[in-house]
Amino acid sequence: MTIKLKNINNEYIIDLDLEEFYLKKDNESVSFKNKKNNDKNQYFTSFFSDDDRQKLSQLKNDGIKRLFIKVVGKDVFYSSLLGAKIFAVVKEVQALGFEADLSRLDDDIKKIVLMAFKDTGNYAPAETKKDNGFLEKVGFSTFYIWNNLKNGISFILESFQAIVNFFGGTAIYRKKDFWFCFEDCSYKAVGITVLVSFLVGLIIAFVGAIQLRSFGAEIYVASMVCIGMTRIMAAIMVGIVMAGRTGSSFAATLGTMQVNEEIDALKTLGIKIYDYLVAPRIVALVLTIPFLTILADIMGILGGAVVGVFFLDISLNSYLEYSLNVLSLNNTLIGIFHSLVYGVIIGISGCYEGINVGRDADSVGYATTKAVVISLVWMIIATGIITVMLEVLGL
Amino acid sequence: MSDAIISVKNLRVEYGDFVLFDDLNFEVNKKDVFIIMGASGCGKSSLLKVLTGLVEPVKGEIYIDGKEFSNALDEQKNDIMKKTGVLYQSGALFSSMSLKENVMMPLELYGNYSKKEIEELASYKLALVGLKGFDDFYPSQISGGMKKRASLARAIALDPKIVYCDEPSAGLDPISSKQLDDLILELNQALGMTFVIVTHELNSIFDIGNNSIFLDRKHKNITAYGNPKELLRNPPNENIYEFLNRGIK
Repeated sequence: MTIKLKNINNEYIIDLDLEEFYLKKDNESVSFKNKKNNDKNQYFTSFFSDDDRQKLSQLKNDGIKRLFIKVVGKDVFYSSLLGAKIFAVVKEVQALGFEADLSRLDDDIKKIVLMAFKDTGNYAPAETKKDNGFLEKVGFSTFYIWNNLKNGISFILESFQAIVNFFGGTAIYRKKDFWFCFEDCSYKAVGITVLVSFLVGLIIAFVGAIQLRSFGAEIYVASMVCIGMTRIMAAIMVGIVMAGRTGSSFAATLGTMQVNEEIDALKTLGIKIYDYLVAPRIVALVLTIPFLTILADIMGILGGAVVGVFFLDISLNSYLEYSLNVLSLNNTLIGIFHSLVYGVIIGISGCYEGINVGRDADSVGYATTKAVVISLVWMIIATGIITVMLEVLGL
Repeated sequence: MSDAIISVKNLRVEYGDFVLFDDLNFEVNKKDVFIIMGASGCGKSSLLKVLTGLVEPVKGEIYIDGKEFSNALDEQKNDIMKKTGVLYQSGALFSSMSLKENVMMPLELYGNYSKKEIEELASYKLALVGLKGFDDFYPSQISGGMKKRASLARAIALDPKIVYCDEPSAGLDPISSKQLDDLILELNQALGMTFVIVTHELNSIFDIGNNSIFLDRKHKNITAYGNPKELLRNPPNENIYEFLNRGIK
């Protein structure tokens, strides 16, 4: 489609000239076809050439405010494609500061195209995007991080207050919801905990045996697995499993409630959402995770025993004897302490991401992923801090 | 030659052991604004799902634009569905895409256009439904009424012959509802599209419907068929009288 600017009796008309092109109806689809070579891509990119723009600019300077739009050519009929072209030309004309007059269009085309310019009362705000400088970006990022930090700290404090209310008996929540979470974090997590910790014990034993064998000290695989599992590995494995299954579940459940406005409904009923939603979840997780860790300790030791008995020719009695020799309350309690910390981290991350989700479907998925990632990162950070603390304390 | 663009014959739909409707027969003529009405739970939306291929009927035939639809192969069904558009009750816009991208999607999948044409068509369709300038907005940034309009723009992206609307006025204020009705009527008259609308909004039924069926939950069938205003003047039974007179017995 070429654009021709014509002056007829001092009225300026933009002819959308279809002479080089024709509208072709092909199995009920319509396209522009170039008469010379039928290539539909060969018609236009932008509507006005530099020459056209210069002419239009001159017209503007001369005080011309209105341009008429007309479609010329043989066998012109309305199609969405033609309508879209006219619409795009009008937008460009308006952007250049002119008023576009469609009164010269054929009636059947005009009545439909005019619908696109009807005032429906919906007004898009003018674009105010601007390119921020480096310092501005640093400023915005700082505010963003600071706000997130404030929100996070506020959430943690509110959650702890809610946990205190929970144990103090003043929290309003559904006991059924609490027991449902408890059930989900307890026996329903046993299967995967058993499997993962058994395999981890197996792996530790295999890896340890490689080095210990060269000293003829395979028997110490038992000690290594026992200390490793009870002090830290069981807690970490349980933490990873619970972050993936329970932390994400918290985020998804609360996120979906947020999208469905259920959390808004709770707030307008005067119910504290930290007491009702957050505390039961965190408490359920924290109460059950130590037991899962103890189970993981046992299964890890058994996993190591399988390696010892079947691959290292260690008798089961010897293996268990060496394990029990190094099994200490100190290490076990340290492992349980780790698991309690992980339980709090996972519960808070999951609930925080869920409650702060956006209002669309994508946000729930994103929040679920973020809950798991943040839990894992903070678990590692916490492990580092606890390890250093224990070293300093000589434990 | 029949003027029917949709023909439903002996339709039976079940959900498990529950029979929703049995031996349903009706026709929708070209350029109709056809209303499917009835009390809540009578199967209006389910009927729409059957007409759009989302639910398979147990028995019966559906012809759309002269082609057998209900028993067609998936590929044939897809070809038929390209001639139809659907406006869902809550809009069903894809939240990760802008309004323009939502409208571009069917054009990219099934249209035979260049990229530039697709973008222009999408902008144009949004403008036709009164959303000029909102191309780059996301569904979460616009109101419920605007979401319906955007969804309608997507429904008409491929210039369909039939547009199905599931409770288009649901959740809208009276003014927005009227504006949407007016838009549907304009598209029907200007572009010759047939509209099949599931609704129980009496204002919409009388303002824009020129033909209708009344689904009865108890009879599991149609108990009234015709122009809504005519049905109001001469109700064939008590249920339709009560329905069209807003509960007055």
